[in-house]
Amino acid sequence: MIPRWILVPAAVGVVFVLLPLVAIVARVDWADFLDLITSQASKDALWLSLRTSAIATLLCLLFGTPMAMVLARTSFPGQGVLRSLVLLPLVLPPVVGGIALLYTFGRRGLLGHELEVLGLEVAFSTTAVVLAQTFVALPFLVVSLEGALRTAGQRYEVVAASLGAGPTTVFRRVTLPLVLPGLVSGAVLAFARALGEFGATITFAGSLQGVTRTLPLEIYQLRETDVDAAVALSLVLVVVAVLVIGFARQGRSSL
Amino acid sequence: MSLRLEAVVADRGLDASLEVADGETLAVLGPNGAGKSTLLAVAAGLLRPDAGRVTLDGRELTAPGTFVPTHDRRIALLAQDPLLFPHLTVLENVAFGPRSRGTRRGEAYAAARSWLEEVGAADLADRRPSEVSGGQGQRVALARALAAEPQLLLLDEPMAALDVAVLPGLRQTLRRVLADRTVVVVTHDVLDALLLADRVVVLDDGRVVEAGPTADVLERPRSAFAARVAGLNLVSGPWQDGVVGGVRGISAGPPPAEGAPAVAVFRPSAVSVFRAAPGGSPRNSLPVTVTDLEPRGDQVRVRADHLAADITVQSAAELDLAPGARVVFAVKANEVAVYGT
Repeated sequence: MIPRWILVPAAVGVVFVLLPLVAIVARVDWADFLDLITSQASKDALWLSLRTSAIATLLCLLFGTPMAMVLARTSFPGQGVLRSLVLLPLVLPPVVGGIALLYTFGRRGLLGHELEVLGLEVAFSTTAVVLAQTFVALPFLVVSLEGALRTAGQRYEVVAASLGAGPTTVFRRVTLPLVLPGLVSGAVLAFARALGEFGATITFAGSLQGVTRTLPLEIYQLRETDVDAAVALSLVLVVVAVLVIGFARQGRSSL
Repeated sequence: MSLRLEAVVADRGLDASLEVADGETLAVLGPNGAGKSTLLAVAAGLLRPDAGRVTLDGRELTAPGTFVPTHDRRIALLAQDPLLFPHLTVLENVAFGPRSRGTRRGEAYAAARSWLEEVGAADLADRRPSEVSGGQGQRVALARALAAEPQLLLLDEPMAALDVAVLPGLRQTLRRVLADRTVVVVTHDVLDALLLADRVVVLDDGRVVEAGPTADVLERPRSAFAARVAGLNLVSGPWQDGVVGGVRGISAGPPPAEGAPAVAVFRPSAVSVFRAAPGGSPRNSLPVTVTDLEPRGDQVRVRADHLAADITVQSAAELDLAPGARVVFAVKANEVAVYGT
């Protein structure tokens, strides 16, 4: 039983979250909806967003899975501090992340000289978009997977090792299949975070149509010049977000 | 594949050593927290002892400066829970060991099928672990451990989590497949020790307090724990047409050969006590001298040599029992289980 009065603030909160979504749907210019979301600029932005978010998700899987393994399955001095630092992008203002990336990979950044020698210009390129998205999305995958690894425990891994399976075989044939739902939901969350990335991207990558102007940047650009298009594209992102939540929930419930 | 193990694990208070000869089954008995599981963890390479040495068939697995990882030890584990990999079928589970060692799929599956056959679980091959019962799961886990062709098998309370009804069948299976293998079985069930083990080690508070051939330890327990686990009455002798050491019983499983060593086991509560042998009764009568009386709630445990009977306080008073009294222990044949050893 909960105190009855608690329902009131709870209902206010729910309305606060849902009402803006209703407002978007109400504001959509349905007659021109298809035209608005299929203009060249919109298509460029959507395509760029999907591509970069997909690559960022892959990078998160590639580096986040080992990170989660190290955090969940080993112990070493300073592990707690390391975990907090790795998860920093979760709470860091994205624009600060963008600045940080700029002074890491930018021409005058920490690695600027090395990258220049290699003939690579990262800042204000599509690569920068991917890096910005990976930076902010990585903690989502790590947190989700580390939780799944801890829940799964090591009992099956011990059995597998006693049957003669080496660490790599255990990882591939036992650990990964057991945490697959956590891995999927982590990847979906990371993808969603990458898709919505704005602050770090605009700071580190700029806003160049077809190169660095992702969907959120396009919406921000359009909100003054073409409100109908901005609203229509916003609705597209709302739909994507709803799908993502559905996927992530499914991943978790199948555990 | 003889095993030698010495281990000191300070934070778990373990300081014990044991040896298992090639083809021998050793039972490790002991109360909770005695360090039994720690001992297995040291053997399996899951725990690095503070000091000690593990040698299997002359190969040093754990020693100062040496620590062979679990997967290279050729030591398989069977725990209380079957722990079948939930994402694999029963057949894939059993084939896991051979596959991990690089055996080709077809060959590994053929081996897995024959091991499933061996433990009487061939019909489960295509099921998911979630679709088999606890007892079936443990049979599959046994097949999986054997399929890995370990040089040493560690069993950690393999039947503790199972339904009583499936125990006799599984015990027979274990007895059959463990014969001639080098095995360490941790158990709290005296019957497991009796049926599966050649020798027993009793562990208490991290120390080995008793060791020896199973029947010796259980018949003449010297430690308090061994006496407690040996709460069952046990009579040994050659099998002679259903009678062992003067006690007729029911054979659990295939009867031993005539003259083969066997034991008869029965509970103290199944024993009645008389001043004189009851005439014309089908019961086994064992003339004994009372050595001790031990009150247990509304019951009295009457000890006579290495046998015990639980009777009510009232009967004890009526019989006027005291140490030194000559009485007859009577037990029905269908309350006595007889096993070949």
